[in-house]
Amino acid sequence: MNSMNTGSIRPPSNPKTLSPTVFWRLAEDIPKPLNTLLVATSIGLPLLIWWLVTTFGNVDPKFLPSPARVLEAFGRLWGTRELLKDTVASLWRVGVGFLLAVALSIPIGVLMGSFASIRALLEPLFGLMRYMPAPAFIPLLILYLGIGEEPKITLIFIGVFFFNSLMVMDTVKFVSKDLIEAAYTLGGDRWQTLTQVIFPHVLPGIIDACRINLAAAWQLVIVSELIAATEGLGRRISVAGRFLKTDEIFVGLIVIGIIGLTFDLLFQWLLRVSCKWASQKR
Amino acid sequence: MYLQITKLHKNFETKSGTLVVLKDINMSIERGEFICAVGASGSGKSTLLRQIAGLDLPTTGEVKIDGVRVQGPGPDRGMVFQHYTLYPWMNVQENAEFGLKLQSWSKRERRERASYYLSVVGLTKFAKSLPKELSGGMKQRVAIARALASEPKVLLMDEPFGALDIHTKESMHEFMLDLWERTNITIFMITHDVEEAVFLSNRIYALGARPGTVRKEISIKLPERTHTVKRQSVFHDYRDELMDLLRGHSQEALAVAS
Repeated sequence: MNSMNTGSIRPPSNPKTLSPTVFWRLAEDIPKPLNTLLVATSIGLPLLIWWLVTTFGNVDPKFLPSPARVLEAFGRLWGTRELLKDTVASLWRVGVGFLLAVALSIPIGVLMGSFASIRALLEPLFGLMRYMPAPAFIPLLILYLGIGEEPKITLIFIGVFFFNSLMVMDTVKFVSKDLIEAAYTLGGDRWQTLTQVIFPHVLPGIIDACRINLAAAWQLVIVSELIAATEGLGRRISVAGRFLKTDEIFVGLIVIGIIGLTFDLLFQWLLRVSCKWASQKR
Repeated sequence: MYLQITKLHKNFETKSGTLVVLKDINMSIERGEFICAVGASGSGKSTLLRQIAGLDLPTTGEVKIDGVRVQGPGPDRGMVFQHYTLYPWMNVQENAEFGLKLQSWSKRERRERASYYLSVVGLTKFAKSLPKELSGGMKQRVAIARALASEPKVLLMDEPFGALDIHTKESMHEFMLDLWERTNITIFMITHDVEEAVFLSNRIYALGARPGTVRKEISIKLPERTHTVKRQSVFHDYRDELMDLLRGHSQEALAVAS
């Protein structure tokens, strides 16, 4: 062992140690000011580059409009109330499709996670359905349901239901067997154990699964509107593209992004207030 | 006999055939006794406790409590697990009440009963705390209060102090003896810690391993139950006898495994 160290650059009395760092600490928090700076950079830097490119880059605004033009287009669309109408239409479709899917997938997912019998019955089918991309159902949905609201809501339902069921099922795996058996030794029957031990235990996981799948629902509503709709944010982008109104495409994209992010933050807040016990403070 | 285990055998089916985990276990426990079953790993002691709790049923033989055959889990056999099993979303009071809630007690009655047992384990001040705010020893005391709240015929304990540091463990031992004297409850505890068993119990079943069998039954008669007794030769004699019993068997087990 010693002979290996002779002649090495590092003296043998100085074993390798971790050098201190702030930026690269694994699984630890960073100081608040640095955090604020990095968050601001994350949004600010792309905006700055966008502004620089459009101001000094001599780019055709039909190809890339400046932030000012996009803001102007936003004002225009807002003034005519078109933007609001589109947003409400998209939100309504997501709301109905997502809520229906969630209302059904939560109990089914919990049952699949809790009972091997239900799992054997449903998991193969759901596993298969999950790998069929929801947009691939659009032709069928139009064939069966026409081009009204039903096919769009059904598309969102398909896209959320199978994923959410399987994700909720997975959260049940993390309930330790001891917690379940403790309930039995305290006099609980299976139904009580399901509703009073398993369900509260997986509730934070369920909220998180719903948060992730709402993002999928939000994407699907835009996709469905790109194909056939008279109003909606997806429709707005599609029409703007046809008339080369690039600034309106940008308005549509940014509004879609901000609404999605707002949903995400809402769910995170819901998780924090409803499941204080599960806060992930390290 | 209060708790009677008769000709209990337990087999597990594995890929390589039938594994005999418990072989011809016979035990008789009187009301109010503090019994420890001591064994090395492979002695099937956890499996034995699960048969008494009714979480698992024997292949042949039976467990009877107060004359009634055990056919499933129930609150008449309170259980304290090796791992912490408090429900993390309930505070200490709600955890202590949970068994009574499952048994459909009224809100007022279960609050009174649970509060009483929280005071028995000395945790009244922590009623509003969440389990994650408690130390390991306190968590196990809540688990004991939760099991006692159903006033079980026997308290089953599965190496409840295995995860605790030595000082916490010692104070839990004193706590258990004090609790046992005050409540007159029947306790059946399994452990691999020989000193723990000698210090706490009236009677010890020493288990042999692979398959789990009762090797010897030893009645413990100590002049006193304080920590100084651990320095006396009578304590050492019990300990050494048990250590020799277990040592021999774990070496046999190693020889079989290799």
